[in-house]
Amino acid sequence: MADTTGTTGTTAEPVNPADWTCPAPLRDHPVVVMGHGGGGALSAELVEHLFVPAYGNDTLAGLADSAALSLGGARLAFSTDSYVVRPLFFPGGSIGDLAVNGTVNDLAMSGARAAYLSCAFIIEEGTALPVVRRVAQAVGTAAAAAGVTVATGDTKVVDAGHGDGIFVNTAGIGLIPEGVDIRPQRAEPGDVVIVSGPVGQHGVAIMSVREGLEFGAEVCSDTAPLGGLVQAMLEATLDLHALRDPTRGGLGTALNEIAAASGTGVVLDERALPVPEAVSAACGFLGLDPLYVANEGRLVAFVPREHADAVLAAMRAHPQGAEAAVVGECVEDHPGMVVARTGFGGTRVVDLPLGEQLPRIC
Amino acid sequence: MKYVDEFNDPELARRLLEDIHATATRPWTMMEVCGGQTHSIIRHGIDQLLPEHIELIHGPGCPVCVTPLEMIDKALEIASRPGVVFCSFGDMLRVPGTDRDLFRIKSAGGDVRVVYSPLDALEIAQRHPDREVVFFGVGFETTAPANAMTVHEARRRGIRNYSMLVSHVRVPPAIEAIMRAPHCRVQAFLAAGHVCSVMGTEEYPGLADRFGVPIVVTGFEPLDILEGVRRTVHQLERGEHRVENAYPRAVREEGNPAARRMLEEVFEVTDRAWRGIGVIPASGWRLSEAFREYDAEHRFEVGAVRTRESGVCRSGEVLQGLIKPNECAAFGTTCTPRNPLGATMVSSEGACAAYHLYRRLGGPARGTEPAREATSVG
Amino acid sequence: MCLAVPGRVTGIEERDGTRMARVDFGGVAKDVCLAYLPETQVGEYVIVHVGFALQRLDEESARASLELFEQLGLLDEEFGDAWERAAAEAGEDRPGTAEAEEVTR
Repeated sequence: MADTTGTTGTTAEPVNPADWTCPAPLRDHPVVVMGHGGGGALSAELVEHLFVPAYGNDTLAGLADSAALSLGGARLAFSTDSYVVRPLFFPGGSIGDLAVNGTVNDLAMSGARAAYLSCAFIIEEGTALPVVRRVAQAVGTAAAAAGVTVATGDTKVVDAGHGDGIFVNTAGIGLIPEGVDIRPQRAEPGDVVIVSGPVGQHGVAIMSVREGLEFGAEVCSDTAPLGGLVQAMLEATLDLHALRDPTRGGLGTALNEIAAASGTGVVLDERALPVPEAVSAACGFLGLDPLYVANEGRLVAFVPREHADAVLAAMRAHPQGAEAAVVGECVEDHPGMVVARTGFGGTRVVDLPLGEQLPRIC
Repeated sequence: MKYVDEFNDPELARRLLEDIHATATRPWTMMEVCGGQTHSIIRHGIDQLLPEHIELIHGPGCPVCVTPLEMIDKALEIASRPGVVFCSFGDMLRVPGTDRDLFRIKSAGGDVRVVYSPLDALEIAQRHPDREVVFFGVGFETTAPANAMTVHEARRRGIRNYSMLVSHVRVPPAIEAIMRAPHCRVQAFLAAGHVCSVMGTEEYPGLADRFGVPIVVTGFEPLDILEGVRRTVHQLERGEHRVENAYPRAVREEGNPAARRMLEEVFEVTDRAWRGIGVIPASGWRLSEAFREYDAEHRFEVGAVRTRESGVCRSGEVLQGLIKPNECAAFGTTCTPRNPLGATMVSSEGACAAYHLYRRLGGPARGTEPAREATSVG
Repeated sequence: MCLAVPGRVTGIEERDGTRMARVDFGGVAKDVCLAYLPETQVGEYVIVHVGFALQRLDEESARASLELFEQLGLLDEEFGDAWERAAAEAGEDRPGTAEAEEVTR
């Protein structure tokens, strides 16, 4: 006779649906969990409820990829980012490429061309010098490719076991051209949503070499500097409303952030979304949604309808935007929400993910 | 990918939908007991394309959500012990126990690792003979053979530092419990295709007869789901209650004999508590006597853990279609997708979360009107 | 439940006494345990769940399913606009739809 497992002395009784209850995820974390760095709702709450009140100023409250500052008559974009990727080297790039391109791209999302970077290394005791050299050389090569100068730097070493090989922080500044005002709040109904190329490649490339998930994939990280592409777009029109590089959290998160900041509804046409077959396949067997997979060399643009043709043409003429595509539009309906139209004519809500996506079995 | 792309063809979907619309003359209520199907239905917006009077109830088909609280607490207890590497499928990490989850164990220094396959956990055990490696063996009949293989292999390869915390569940007893519940509204079932890929279809004719419900074995791509619904509607309209296989490319009547032999060797049937539901007789598997030494519950002597569950959430009734989500007092007030009280509000596939989102949209679009073309420029 | 996806077997080998396959999912390759489908041949398609091949995909059945779906459309086209017809015929049972693959009790 089978006995009862997983219960404390319960006997089998008829199911009473009125007693059914279900689990809920824990939200009131008294400690930091990985999800706080995942770029989703937990990250947003940490920034909104802990950091912004602590720093308390109007410049920060914009919460754009980079801050737009006035200094001595010039308009500057200023941004910083830290890089903690594992492994340090992956198909298509390394932590050094990410550290340069990530900050250059954050500046570009304000319309600025990056001029100077700072670059700080936090190195774990015991890390092999050739590894440090390889990363440093990647920083140098990526900076040259992006047309930016690494003007200052710093090095710290932490005890063995207190780091993960190498962490890199970069900060950057650049000039915002006259007449340019690009920020998430400016997206408005009627805007056309354009992505600069296929999505999901970076995240899938990283997962393909991560312990416990390894798979062979014909996918390389898309890490690339986007300053040149944004300059080409600005040559088509200075009136770009909003730009975002959909890094961790992916395109779905970036669209949600812009929808929330601007109070417009965003409608995404799933059929128009460029997803490489290998990204689709990897997401298929891991149970992930390509909309939430990280990119490191893509941008999403909110462009006034009358300029959309010109901007798309300018993007496609640039190497970083050759596969640019219109994927949706801004609407008056469902303000602050992102809705996808599926290939079958149904709709689904593209919500902000709670934290990092996890492989699922069901 | 072959076998995927063809079954995602919008034109064929339209034809299936036309047939469903032409056939369904009365209200019908059917249930899928499969998180994967629920996911596909919501992901592709299929429920909005069906006739308004056809209701799909998303049943307790998510193995992660139904894993009993006591088992989660045991997992948390084991995972927090020094020297233990605790391996799990990714979706278990967010599921809360009485006062914490696996994420919190990890943030407190526990060695919690996400694996894609249970074989990866066995590999970790082989590579780290000085550590106790525990795998959280959850899942329905589809996942059970994979998990069974690891203990079988651990014995064959002499890997002694591997064990499994087993909380497997079986679909047919759940269907029976749902049909026996008071005020049951379910008139037909879409049976989970991949469960049947392993187990075959032999268990279902008896259930279809006893409760007078059509049971249609259904796949996961949009066309598969539509075909499952279409066949179910045809049966209901004719007053029939047969078992049909609408997923023949992946389901044979006998299932997978090799996998079923392994299940019989490694597991034995046991009563199992389903979280939010209660104990369902003979609805689970545990390691058989011969493999008891690989049972983490025995190896770690976790004993009786004290559990505490909130009673506000009425998701059980929602799961059975007994109430609409907005008939729960907590719905939209203390319970929202950003602050969920129950599993049905946790994931975007959950009945309550879906309802909440679509209600904010002003109700789901109906009919098979093609999507408005996105603005095309260039 | 149960996220399982089709893939094509591109290679087979014995590893630690277990039959393993290299399976391509469309640009992504993964090692998959063949213990439950020992007869599998290179070139065949299998359904894979958490690293295990659970069932071979039957090409003939897949084709039959798709042909059935096509037929639904052909019937509709013969009779003109299906939506108008659906509205007109509401309440009538429709003959002629195939009931293939019925499971015998």
